Amino acid sequence: MSAVFEQIFQVGFLAAIIRIATPLAFATLGEMFSERAGVLNLGIEGIMLLSAMTGFTATSLSGSLWLGVLVAVLTGMLMGALHALFTVALGLSQHVCGIGVTLFSSGLAYFLYRLIFGQQSVPPSIKGFETLPVPVLSSLPVLGPAVFNQFALVYMAILAIPLAAFVLYRTPWGLSVRMVGENPRAADSAGVSVIATRFQAVILGGALMGLAGAFLSMAQFNAFTFGVVSGRGWVAIALVVFGRWDPWRSAGAALLFAFVDALQLRMQASGLGHIPYEAFLMLPFIFTIVAMAVMSRNAVAPSALLKPFRREER
Amino acid sequence: MFRLEVRVSTPAWFNLALPLLAIAATLVLCSGLIALAGAGVIEAYGVMFTASLGDSYAITETMVRAAPMIFTGLAVAVAFRAKFWNIGAEGQLLAGAVASCFVGAIPMSGPLAMLLMAVAGAAAGAAVALAPATLRVKFKVDDVVSSLLLNSVIYYALMALIEGPWKDSFSGYPISPPIEDSANFPVLLEGTRLHLGVVVALLAAPLIWFLIVRTTLGFRIRVTGENPEAARYGGIHVERVLISTALLSGALAGLAGVGEVGGVHFQVMSDISPGYGYSGIVVAMLARLNPLGVVPAAIFLAAVMTGAEAMSRATGVPAFLSDVIQGTALLAMLVALLFTAYRIRRVGVAR
Repeated sequence: MSAVFEQIFQVGFLAAIIRIATPLAFATLGEMFSERAGVLNLGIEGIMLLSAMTGFTATSLSGSLWLGVLVAVLTGMLMGALHALFTVALGLSQHVCGIGVTLFSSGLAYFLYRLIFGQQSVPPSIKGFETLPVPVLSSLPVLGPAVFNQFALVYMAILAIPLAAFVLYRTPWGLSVRMVGENPRAADSAGVSVIATRFQAVILGGALMGLAGAFLSMAQFNAFTFGVVSGRGWVAIALVVFGRWDPWRSAGAALLFAFVDALQLRMQASGLGHIPYEAFLMLPFIFTIVAMAVMSRNAVAPSALLKPFRREER
Repeated sequence: MFRLEVRVSTPAWFNLALPLLAIAATLVLCSGLIALAGAGVIEAYGVMFTASLGDSYAITETMVRAAPMIFTGLAVAVAFRAKFWNIGAEGQLLAGAVASCFVGAIPMSGPLAMLLMAVAGAAAGAAVALAPATLRVKFKVDDVVSSLLLNSVIYYALMALIEGPWKDSFSGYPISPPIEDSANFPVLLEGTRLHLGVVVALLAAPLIWFLIVRTTLGFRIRVTGENPEAARYGGIHVERVLISTALLSGALAGLAGVGEVGGVHFQVMSDISPGYGYSGIVVAMLARLNPLGVVPAAIFLAAVMTGAEAMSRATGVPAFLSDVIQGTALLAMLVALLFTAYRIRRVGVAR
């Protein structure tokens, strides 16, 4: 038991949790914005993959990491706009469109990657982000090296959480987002454009999903592989539900999942575990499904989620 | 002046015209990618067609690939008819594959083994689909998310099996031990892979069509999907219908897995399904949820997949074009479906 304990309180372990949590935090916040406005975005898995690919490619061709991040974010926004076009402007069913966006974006990512880089025996890689220690704070014991000696994108994720909460709960735009997600009819009467607000929220969500993809291919793996996202988008869908559509809780859920994932990796590496690692990977999905069953009585999901809005229909 | 009008009914020829329109739009859109890859559009599509439907061997290969998508397409079509949003065909397929492989590895007479494999696979798929349906009926849990998330649960369970207790001790690879030779589905045409499961899939479509259109259960499924309030008012036990639909849908998806184990791979591996469960959604939408339409829709997608590899060898266009075509076809079909809801009507200018 003490061996396990020592493992947990290693600095490297804490740093690993933060690193695993980062793309999940971006993706979860992105999905949360979309869903708070009433739009489920199942395109997330494909959007993350395509952004990871375009970001990696831009960096690989230009040598600039931040240009890559920008391209990944723009890719996410573009795909978000596409999903919004189908689900918000045309009012098509959100879940089927989302699957369509995921199939389309993943296919496009594979296609373009193969077209640009061909089939190489050693997949091309880039010199990804390097850790950027924060002055003073990085010399704190334990927390310093674990939290304040990370990639710039990690700090952005940490800052994105309070920022998302502020935007959602303390700005007029955030109020509009919540209104169009809860009661679009009332929002419309109050002069809020349901269509425009939903578009904006889904596109903002896409930008965050793009950052998640960028982190995977440009900071975590420094390469694009076909399994670079491997279900993290679906994890984010689960974490939003588990985090009750709240930025703080969703980020907390991402951290909790990252802890379980990091623990699983450690146990696999040290040969400590007798439990198959897949059991840990299953946990967030099982927890979420159970949580949905328990929570459903006090309905916390945005009321207008999955419901298209058409002004003329009453 | 033109204006959009809500349509009350759609003419029957729409059922054929809309998918064809969507497919035509998809091929036009994707021709841009072929041009981007520096190949001739006509040539690339030509190779794709010849390699998938050009001769009898190619047709058998396409049919082998279409079979699982016929089953998952039927699974999705049945579920969506009742507005049970089953996004979980992928997981149900995997569960069906595991269960049938488990049964197929037990020594027994061939026909009995095949029958029991089908029963076990269908039961496993149904059991997986039962979870989101029960959660929706009992706890009002959104079936889209729960059925989607179950895919990951089943996938990791499969991985745990084939990397753990079920790992093939002979090869040491993370694949399950093979099923008994006698349980391999018979090949119907010498020199091809056309197996018994393909015929079963082709027979399943008219059977499911009959069930949906001509039986009481089918009527209940349709009414529950179209108007649950009216269904309830008319004495239909909506919850029970949803559960029955889920069982039927899951069983069909499970059978897709059975065919892959019994007729194609003879064992279970992590990539036994290249997303056939998700393709089932594309198939069902292209078919406008009509079980008979599922067959041509599945053959179309299978032809694209089979043909893409040959096209890639001949023209250098990445074979992943087939994945793009699949996604584009789904989105194009959704847009085309708007024509069923609205019509563009010319309005006379007032004098």
